[in-house]
Order: sequence, then structure tokens, then C-alpha cells
Amino acid sequence: MTSRPLLHNRVALLMVLAAAVAAVALPFLGFAPNRLLSGRPVPLWAAAQGFDGAIALLPGLALLATPFLRPTRTGLGLTVVAGGLFTAGLVWLAGAQAAALAQGASAAARTSFASGFWVMAAAGLLTAIDAARRLGLGAIGRMAVGGAVAALVALQLASGHLDALSILKEYANRREIFADAVLRHAMLVAAALVPTLLIGIPLGVAAHRVQAVGRAVFPVLNVVQTVPSIALFGLLMAPLAALGAMLPGSGISGVGPLPAVIALTFYSLLPIVRNTAVGLDGVPAPVREAARGMGLTPGQIFLRVDLPLALPVFLSGLRITVVQAVGLAAVAALIGAGGLGAIMFQGLFANALDLVLLGAVPVILLAVAADALLSIGIAAATHSIGVLPGRSAP
Amino acid sequence: MIDFERVTKRFGSWTAVDAVSFTVAEGEFRVLIGPSGSGKSTVLRMINRLIPADEGAIRIDGVDIASLKPEELRRRMGYVIQSVGLFPHWTVERNIATVPGLLGWPRARIRDRVTELLELLNLDPRRYRGAYPHQLSGGQQQRVGVARALAAEPRILLMDEPFSALDPITRASLQTELSAIHRRTGTTVVFVTHDMDEALRLGDSIAVMDHGRLIQCATPLDILTRPASPLVRDLVGREEWGLKRLAVETVGDRARRQESVTGEPLAAETPLHRALSEMVARGTERLPVVDGDGRPAGVLHLSDLVRPTSAGTVSGGPAASGTA
Amino acid sequence: MTGVGMAPRDFLTDRLMLGLVVLVALVLGMPSLKPLFATLFPRLDRPLYEAESFVSLTLDHMALVGVSSLAAILLGGGAGIAVTRPWGREFRGLLETVATMGQTFPPVAVLALAVPVMGFGPEPALIALTLYALLPVVENTVAGLDGVPAPVLDSARGLGMGPAEMLFRVELPLAAPVILAGIRTAVIINVGTAAIASTVGAKTLGLPIIVGLNGSNQAYVIQGALIVAALAVVIDAGFDRLAGWLTRWSQR
Repeated sequence: MTSRPLLHNRVALLMVLAAAVAAVALPFLGFAPNRLLSGRPVPLWAAAQGFDGAIALLPGLALLATPFLRPTRTGLGLTVVAGGLFTAGLVWLAGAQAAALAQGASAAARTSFASGFWVMAAAGLLTAIDAARRLGLGAIGRMAVGGAVAALVALQLASGHLDALSILKEYANRREIFADAVLRHAMLVAAALVPTLLIGIPLGVAAHRVQAVGRAVFPVLNVVQTVPSIALFGLLMAPLAALGAMLPGSGISGVGPLPAVIALTFYSLLPIVRNTAVGLDGVPAPVREAARGMGLTPGQIFLRVDLPLALPVFLSGLRITVVQAVGLAAVAALIGAGGLGAIMFQGLFANALDLVLLGAVPVILLAVAADALLSIGIAAATHSIGVLPGRSAP
Repeated sequence: MIDFERVTKRFGSWTAVDAVSFTVAEGEFRVLIGPSGSGKSTVLRMINRLIPADEGAIRIDGVDIASLKPEELRRRMGYVIQSVGLFPHWTVERNIATVPGLLGWPRARIRDRVTELLELLNLDPRRYRGAYPHQLSGGQQQRVGVARALAAEPRILLMDEPFSALDPITRASLQTELSAIHRRTGTTVVFVTHDMDEALRLGDSIAVMDHGRLIQCATPLDILTRPASPLVRDLVGREEWGLKRLAVETVGDRARRQESVTGEPLAAETPLHRALSEMVARGTERLPVVDGDGRPAGVLHLSDLVRPTSAGTVSGGPAASGTA
Repeated sequence: MTGVGMAPRDFLTDRLMLGLVVLVALVLGMPSLKPLFATLFPRLDRPLYEAESFVSLTLDHMALVGVSSLAAILLGGGAGIAVTRPWGREFRGLLETVATMGQTFPPVAVLALAVPVMGFGPEPALIALTLYALLPVVENTVAGLDGVPAPVLDSARGLGMGPAEMLFRVELPLAAPVILAGIRTAVIINVGTAAIASTVGAKTLGLPIIVGLNGSNQAYVIQGALIVAALAVVIDAGFDRLAGWLTRWSQR
């Protein structure tokens, strides 16, 4: 107990060192007179002054102490708070600094996050989440820590404190396009989910009941899953275009949402079919036997035994499917399906980096949010059948 | 050969082994027995430093093992565990050759040694040398496990409940083979079990542990006839005490040397409970006894089983002198 | 053991060989298909992508995937090994958090984000692909090493193996199938992401597809897509074969 009196958290030490190096050696923000010119770096020490500086730097100072805090509830709780507040404080500082730089500059001036910001923000968040794990919080608890930090950032967003940052200036310029894109993106995922579930669940049940079905279906779905999305989109174009030409007025076309939804469905089938089958396979035979022995009908056994017991595994499949589809829908923008990918690729093709951010960041947030929501669902489903969370199948 | 001097091991606030001292003599077969959590496995695993001792000293041939490199210490001992722990991706031959390979034996010598060991453990070398563990039955896997432990001719063999997971018939035959191997090689064996029948059958001496302490260390006969505590008596069990008592002595110990009688003879090393069973089966009260070379060695009477010091017992001395 | 048991292996052999033949034929023979594309798409002035040869695009594509995957295997495998050693265990939670969180980030978004940080060109693509490939490699290395049965480790230690001998002779060989599955996931994702990387300035097989999509030239799109798809299927079949070879001891 007395052998290591000073250092208690080597993870926090590593994160603090990374943040310290980033604070000194990397630019905190980039400032450009307009969006086509490359920016000049704004280091942290130039940005962090006065009240706004204190908001970021006070939690930062606390963070410096975290590697040496004893691993008690208090010590780890302080570490969680320091890490989370440091990250949220950095966002506040960036917003304040952007507003200060915007004064006296033209409306076209752009202030954007630079590498130092990203490293420090990640270090703060990871320290907090790691300390939450040390506190014994499960996946949901750690998600709550991330959610609290996200809420602090969302408050700043809503209050307009961050409006001077370039990504929000881009947002202000295309408020309506952006809202449409988010909606379109979600619609693409949802539209693919309908045929996926309608085909995938019966196919999964069949694969569970008849081995031959699984042997026939899984190799095909596996091969589909290995084909790169951009190739599958491309290969669907010509046949669909030909079909559209044969059926004028049908609305079928090689570009747009239709090929996107078809391709997304192909990719989404594998996790759904596989996890439906694996989930049902995992229902212990004695449980089913006992249900039959008590006089339940096959329909009742399926609804009351198979379904609840297979639900956690099925939901993990749904989680994989949805998270994957959010990313694939972004690629579908290349064939004119719209969505957030359209904003992202427009930015890439036009060398407008803030536009790239405006597309890519919400894609990530959508995926993370879908993952978090479904994880909570999985935890609830697992809990309801009395299995310890974290013991559920992949 | 193995000396424990006030050895203590704590895991957190729990004392697994509490100031235990004992000595195992060269060539001895020492059984450690006790309820689960008694510290018997911890004691075993401290001998090859899989678990470091917190206090006290463990010496082998007078050398404190804390001064040796753990890997070198372990290569000089055989180690067998209940779950066998064969390397699933290696053939039987390569598994057995593990320690000789680590010690850098020449290839030809390793090959010969593997053949020798497979034969010693009744596994046909031609059939099993190239097999993988998953192709073997549980009993065969543990035979390979024992062969692997013996490969580099260790002077000490550590065994942690090696036969507990096997069916009774396989367990009995492996126990017999282990006894034979011990007699032939003179290896010092430290053997952990929770099965008193196994302990009585195999051990030259039995150390009973409870709550990290050594309760009693004695010959099987003394454990039966002079249990040091109620726990030891419970471990022995009351119901079949008499049969167990008979099992720790042999026909040769009680036969009346001067007499002779006709019939199928029993070997002198047959345990007495087997002789009783034989008498019941044949419906007789007298059985002829022969020694190891097949020469007549007297007659065993039914009454000799009940009265160990009855007249005519020639083996001499009180029965408490032990079996070894 | 021979008759029925060999059938799937023969099928796999065929899938790999067949795929390889198709891939090589497509890469080398695409120019000779020009008349076919001209017939299929009569309205196109240029029915064959000729700005770069498909051979050099394929090689560039494979180099990008190969280098990024190799870096990810070394870094991710090393990190996975480190956090399963006693001295690195403290960092395991952190690494697992990063690996699971990171894998919810869509690869295309990670690729796009590399541009604002590092600019256009093959380098940001290389970094983005490496970072993304790290995650499944790390996750599966940790899972694979965790899956080595405790009795096997106990007897390895008890027989006198040192830490390095245990790692290289027992732990890694037994964890290899799981680690390989992670590498396979990483490489397959990278083959697809590398194609999209032509949008950030890396010359890969995605280039004909992107150029075709932007210029409404469906022939270009099909040419690029066919080769990328064949490449992915061949690599996947190769991993299948490798996985069978790694676990050949369990199939006897």
C-alpha cells in the first residue's frame, strides 16, 4: 500500500501529458480571413485569457492533479468532473475566442478548431470515461458521462455562444439544406430498415429452423458484405437505369434514393439474419422443452420463450445494422441519394473544409446516438430476462 | 527435500496460508487434503513459485527458492493440474516435449523420451504421438498431462487434483499407474486432492489443511486411527471407516506366516479390504498368501482383519508403524 | 475425412483461384473490353477509362490498403498485447473504450475528417485508413488473448515457460484465429474506404467510379466497381484460406 504513494492513475497521467504537449506545441484554433485561404494558427496561450480562459483552464489545472488522486469514490468522481468540464470548457473557450476574432474582421473570416483542440478535448473526455469505468460504472453509466459533456456543449450551441465558429457559420448559411439533409439521411436508413426487417427476420427464423437455409443464405450475404459500398452502388446503377428506361413513368432510376435503399438493404440483411438465427439458436433447449412440457402451444413458445430470450442478440444485430447504415447512407450521396454525405462530399470536391465538417460531424453524431440508444435498449432487454448486462452476445 | 518454514500467503485481507511449516522427504508421496478454500492448492503452487510467499521461507535441498529464477525452478519440477491444460495446437509429442525443448535437449533424446513416456503411461506411441489433444478422451489427455510433467525427469512432481475430473474407473487405473511410477522412479510427489479415499490410497503421508492452517500431518494409518480433530474425522467419514482402515494395510502385514492352505492365493501387497471382499465372494474364512516372487507367505484369517495384533501376526511391531 | 470433409476446402480453393483469375483478367483485360462498353453505352464518347491504367490503379489501391493495414496490425496488435500484460492492464479500459467508440464512427466520416486536419492527398487517406483499421485489430487481439483457456496458461507457466515463450508459443498461436478475424474485418473495410479515398485525393480504384459519377459516365463506374468488388472478394477468400490454415490442428 505504501509502495506507490504518489501516482495512482497512469491513464490520467498519459492523457494529461498528451493534453499538455498539445497545449504547448499544437495550434488550438485556426483563423483565416476567408474560407478559401489557409488559416494562421492560434495557440492556446494566446486564446486562454480572462474569464473565458479560466473556464477552460481551471478544470485543466484540476486535471493536472488527477493522476495523483487516490482511487476513492471522491478521487475518481473529481477526475470524472475535471475531465468532462475541461472538454466542455475548451469548447466554450473556442467559441469565445472565435467571437473575439470575428470583431474587426470581415464577415467571411473563419475560425475553426485545430489539432490542439481535438487532442485536448479527446484527452479530457477519455480521462473522464476511464475514471467512470474505475468507479465501476457500466457501459450505460459511461455513456451518461459522455452524454453530460454533450449536453454542456449543446447548451452552448443553443445559447449562440458558438455561433462565430466556422462550422456554425456554414450551418447558418445553409440552415434549411442542413435540416433537409439530416431528415433525408434518417429517411434513407429507415427506408432500408423496412425491407431489411421484413425479409431478414423470417429468413433468420428459417435459418434457425432449417440448417440448409443458413448454409445457402449466409455465404451469399457474407460475399455481399465484403463488396465495397461504392462498388455495389455503382454496379446497381446500370441495371436500374436500364429498368427505368424499359418502364418509363415508373420513377425507377440508376441514381437517387432507390439504388441507395436497395444497396443499404443488401448490407443490412447480414447482421439481422445472422443475429436472429444466433439469438434463437442460443435459447437453451431445456427451457423450450420445459415450456412444451407445461403445455404451451408452438405459437406461445415462440412469443413467450424464444422472442424475449433471443431479443438482446437480435437488438445487437439491429444496432450493427443501423450504425453501419448511417455510414453507408453517407457514401450513397455519391449516387445522388442526398443526405449528410451530400454536404460532406460537396465540401471535399469544393475544398471547403468547414463544409466537410458540417457533413461529417453530424454523420458521426447520428451513428453514436443510434449506437447509444440501441445499447440502452439491449441493456433493458438483457436485464428483463435476468442476465447480467455485458454478458450479452455480440 | 522440500521445507516450508512458517510460510504465509494473503490475498487482500484473506489469509490463504497461515504460518505453515512442514517437510517432505526425498522420494516421499505427500498428499495435501482439505475442504475447498483450505489453502492446499496455494501451498502446492507456492512450491514452484506460481504464487509467491508473503512471509516465511520455502527451501528445496536447503536452497531458498526465492533466490532461484522461477522459470528454471519450474523446469526442474513436473506440474499436473485438474483441467490438464494440454496445448491444444500441439501434437501429443510436442506437448510432452515441452520442458525438454525448453531445456534444449537434443532432438533424438527428446524423441526417445517421448516414446518411453507414452509406453510408461500405456499409450501406443505409434497411434498417439501425432494426435492432437482434442482427439483424445479425458483419461488419455491426463495420461499425456502426466507424461508431459515427467518428461524432463523431474525430482519433484506437483499434482493439483489431477484425477478429480475423471470417471471412477479411469481414475482408479491412473491412480494405480501413478503409484507404480512413483515406486519405480522414486520421484518426490506432492499431490493435492479433496478425496480422502484417494489420499489414503496414494499417500505415504497425508497433510490435512483447514482455513490455511496445517491440522495434522501423519501416515494414512494415523490419520484413520488418531485423527487430530473432528474435521479430520469428518474427512475420513464414519460410515465406511472400517473398510478404509483395512485399505491402508496389506495382506502381507497380517498373514500368519507358518500356516498354509490350498486355494487361489492373494499377493502380499493386496490391501486388506480387497482380501475381505475376496473372502465374502469365495465364502471362505482363510486365504493363502504369496509374496512378490510367488512363494507361499502364509494364511490370512478372517479374524485377523478384526484384531490386528492377534496371535500369529509375524510382520512384527504395532500396526501404527505405518505402511511405507 | 476425405470425401465429404474435403468438399468445402475444394470449394474454397476454387473460390480463391476463380476470384484471382477473374481479378487478373479484369485488371489486364479491361482495355480489350472497350468495344463491349461502346456497344452497351453507345452515347458515351469515351467508353473506357484511360486516364490511368487499371494496373497502376489496382497496385496503388493495394499499396494503400496494404501499408495502412500493416501499420494497423503492428500498432493495434502491439497495443492489444500490451494491455493484456500485467504491466499494461491499467490501460486496457481506455483502449477498449476507444476501440468500441471509434468503431461506431462511420469510416467514410473518419476519412472526410482527415482532410480538414491534414489536407488532401494520399497521406491523410493513409492515416485515416490506419486509424480505422486499428480498432478491429485491437479489439480482436484483446479478445483473442483473453480467450486462451486459463488452464493452458497455468500449465505453460507451471512448466517453466517465460513470458516471451508463453506469448509466442502458446498465446499468440491460440489467439491467432480471432486476431485474424479482426485483421480481415479491418482489411475488407479498408478496401472499400480506399475506393472512397479518391474523393480526398488518393489515386485508387475508386477514381474511375468518382470520375464516372461526376461525369455521368456509367461505363467508368462499372469498370472501377467490378475491379474493386473482385479485389475485395479475392482478399476475403484469401483470409478464409489463411483462417483454415491457422486452425488446421483443430480440423483433424
